[in-house]
Amino acid sequence: MSKARISASVYTSHVPAIGAALDLGKSSEPYWQKVFAGYEFSKQWLKENPPDVILLVFNDHATAFSLDMIPTFAIGTAASFTPADEGWGPRPVPVVQGHPELAAHIAQSVIQQDFDLTIVNKMDVDHGLTVPLSLMFGQPRQWPCPVIPFAVNVVQYPVPSGQRCFKLGQALRRAVESFDKPLNVQIWGTGGMSHQLQGPRAGLINKVFDNAFLDRLIADPAGQAAVPHIDYVREAGSEGIELVMWLIARGAMSDVTGGKAPEVLHRFYHVPASNTAVGHLILENPL
Amino acid sequence: MALDKPYLDVPGTTIFDAEQSRLGYHLNQFCMSLMKAENRARFKSDERAYLDEWPMTEEQKQAVLARDLNRCIAVGGNIYFLAKIGATDGKSFQQMAGSMTGMSEIQYRDMMIGGGRSIEGNRHIGEDGDAQAHRQPQGQQKVNS
Repeated sequence: MSKARISASVYTSHVPAIGAALDLGKSSEPYWQKVFAGYEFSKQWLKENPPDVILLVFNDHATAFSLDMIPTFAIGTAASFTPADEGWGPRPVPVVQGHPELAAHIAQSVIQQDFDLTIVNKMDVDHGLTVPLSLMFGQPRQWPCPVIPFAVNVVQYPVPSGQRCFKLGQALRRAVESFDKPLNVQIWGTGGMSHQLQGPRAGLINKVFDNAFLDRLIADPAGQAAVPHIDYVREAGSEGIELVMWLIARGAMSDVTGGKAPEVLHRFYHVPASNTAVGHLILENPL
Repeated sequence: MALDKPYLDVPGTTIFDAEQSRLGYHLNQFCMSLMKAENRARFKSDERAYLDEWPMTEEQKQAVLARDLNRCIAVGGNIYFLAKIGATDGKSFQQMAGSMTGMSEIQYRDMMIGGGRSIEGNRHIGEDGDAQAHRQPQGQQKVNS
């Protein structure tokens, strides 16, 4: 029986203001056009290459997880996930349908590979998850495929290291590839790029750092995975640390364990969206 | 062995680590409560009375009442939690972030459209970038250790 495979990885920032711009009908304003233009190719590509399931790596922003519990890695195994009220009211986007069967399989496989996932059977999802879906799918009545939310703590330090994230990606690929159904799975890594939302240094953007990160994520992900937290904090802002989540998706590509290099289908970078630099990549695994 | 905190010398930046989280637990959980519409309404109708329901320090309560986000962060707040106060007030994330920089809302927005704050001079405390305490009107409140 043929197994599931990871066909491609998608990387994107998940700025909440992008969701607000769409929801409030501002997407044609010049300020936002410059952001959405970078996703035109991606929407078309996704229409032509629809996955069966998306494994979506994101971070919760003090929404589902308060300070009562702070899981480092959490996988959503529920049948559905409701868009959260983050204080402005819930985003008017469809309920996210999960894939409990694959999610449970991944949880078991990845825990057996020594990553201590928290299993979440009930969770509202915030902009970290819904904004990437909006950027890539636009505003459909229903999301076109199931999504497995994979939440990473990047709010309270210490967050997982780039190295650990990169290895987790490898474990996720092994988990997907051992699933006994021929599913086409995409893995998305979200968050970043450079931004700082707090303190007198708020508004920091570092285009040089961001573009070097994109170059190295593509060509030398193992090298990028070795970069310590402090480099992200100092160079890309306190919230720029979200970029470690991109290393999870990158670790799931087959070249990491000896396969062919992925094809770079799309690359986009723009400043600003609200407080943040927007970065976006699509990498496809060769067959 | 002492903990490794290499981020303490980043100017204008407070990293929300386990120690800050411990200090700010009740402050941040108060913020979390504002995710419910009925709690937002109760808070708005009498802020002081609502805050008094929480075992927060007086300093934390004053920082919230003053909407001084730099002070809120110094006493253990985290921006993703504090954002719930901003949401209750109808503020955007950009307005909240800008309020911590000593700039007007327009100045901050223009800075972002112009490519954001430069990293030059803003990597280490003691350099001369625009986020350094001596270049900030509110810089003396900076608490970093």
